[in-house]
Amino acid sequence: MDDLYRQQIIDRYKHPLKRGVLDPHDITYEDENPLCGDKLRIDLRVDPQGKITEAAFSGDGCAISQASADLLTEYIEGKPLEEVRALSKEDILEMLGIELSPIRLKCALLSLKVLKAGAYGMKEGKNEE
Amino acid sequence: MKAETPSRQYVIDIQRIRADFPILKRQIKPGIPLVYLDSAASSQKPDAVIDAMSDYYRNHHANIHRAVHTLAEEATGMYEAARAKIAACIGAQPTEIIFTKNATEAINLVAQSWGRSNLKAGDRILLSEMEHHSNLVPWQILAKERDLQLDFIPLTDQGELDLDECDNFLARSPKLVAVTQMSNVLGTIVPIRDIVRRAHSAGARVMVDAAQSAPHMAIDVRDLDADFLACSSHKMCGPTGIGALYGKTEILHDMPPFLGGGDMIRKVDWRSFEPNDLPYTFEAGTPAIAEAVGWGAAVDYLTAIGFDGIHRHETAIAAYAMESLREIPGITVLGPEPSKRGGVVAFTLEGIHPHDIAQILDSYGIAVRAGHHCAMPLHTKLGLSATTRASFYIYSTFEEVDALAAGLQKARAIFA
Repeated sequence: MDDLYRQQIIDRYKHPLKRGVLDPHDITYEDENPLCGDKLRIDLRVDPQGKITEAAFSGDGCAISQASADLLTEYIEGKPLEEVRALSKEDILEMLGIELSPIRLKCALLSLKVLKAGAYGMKEGKNEE
Repeated sequence: MKAETPSRQYVIDIQRIRADFPILKRQIKPGIPLVYLDSAASSQKPDAVIDAMSDYYRNHHANIHRAVHTLAEEATGMYEAARAKIAACIGAQPTEIIFTKNATEAINLVAQSWGRSNLKAGDRILLSEMEHHSNLVPWQILAKERDLQLDFIPLTDQGELDLDECDNFLARSPKLVAVTQMSNVLGTIVPIRDIVRRAHSAGARVMVDAAQSAPHMAIDVRDLDADFLACSSHKMCGPTGIGALYGKTEILHDMPPFLGGGDMIRKVDWRSFEPNDLPYTFEAGTPAIAEAVGWGAAVDYLTAIGFDGIHRHETAIAAYAMESLREIPGITVLGPEPSKRGGVVAFTLEGIHPHDIAQILDSYGIAVRAGHHCAMPLHTKLGLSATTRASFYIYSTFEEVDALAAGLQKARAIFA
């Protein structure tokens, strides 16, 4: 347990670096975990080369879901949007530096789910153009 | 910390009761005993219930009704004896008790059988803002199918039902009023007898969701004059998988079958059937026999302690919990004062999400529930996405409340 609430996670929860909304933005996506009511929105700005120039999250949830969103949005800044596809559960757990029970894993992975839905949605939209 | 004030006096023999529940000896981790504060979700089981079910399977099991062999007669006798115990517990006749899977199925039975044969487009159903999803969604399904209107008795700021508003909604002549007897979030005990009287004057039938109240207080369906009442075994020391619907005989008599199959028929030919007598006409298929036996044992166990003592014990623990929690900075306790509630205390702690609170408490062996407790509209109304809920039962102690308060202080320290 003490592992779960490592200082890094508490710090990220209480003083997130990437909390906010981007206006304007190129991509936005919002989803929730209906089991616990956690809500999360991620906004991205993407340059013409497909690089994520800015990312931010907003929403309401537990320390694990919020810290995970903060770490993830920080991590993807400056990276190609294409790299989002390859991000996995293991990457999130590595960022958090903790092990999680199956129920709390859902909290940690909400941010990745929202990010991928947003990124793929836009990609598919572009392909159609 | 706290002095031995009169508020810590037990009104029941707590040590003897705790000794009856084997799981209370469990350590969650080595040296960390279980502090079980999630009884509103499901209560723990005494030896009397576990042994009754074991004895049934070891010595008496067969399928019930019709067969003539010894085991079938014994099993049938035990199943029907359980029905009689549950009926007596709530002041009903055994023929008025229909065994279901749980309280949820009991409510769905009323919606699908009584509702479909008695409600037509434009009819209204009056619910309340504190209903559990189980007494909300079955009516939403029916409302969509039959084009019915749902109204909701609002809450007062004190977390009670606004009875003046109830009268205003009753003036719109609903066909049915379906309300809980005790909120699983706010703990509020609802004045059902008063609501039934008002509803009957307005010509409405009344369905009572007693899933939360039946474990904790004496219920007399004749005194309440309820038309239907649903309750569940697993919240009152019995096994999961069985609940009951009480219905007044004359109403049940006119209701079409709910589920079709064996046991609910008297006679079947290729294209039609003749339904069985009450209550069997609503019990299709092989029922939960061992679970009925276990529930009967649970009712015996609770009756021997006495519902008056059970209720006074829980009120004392809840009052003590509210007092203890309010000393913690940043805590907001939901719901009314102790005299108007059962053993449920839901709260928020500023700056810490309920899931994190529950997780930290678990590391100290304390089991509480975090989330919306199957009452999402109520949480939305209160402007909360989730709350933490501690709920108490006959085996809960003042020391466990102290452990909860200490655990919450530790959570505050972690998030400081």
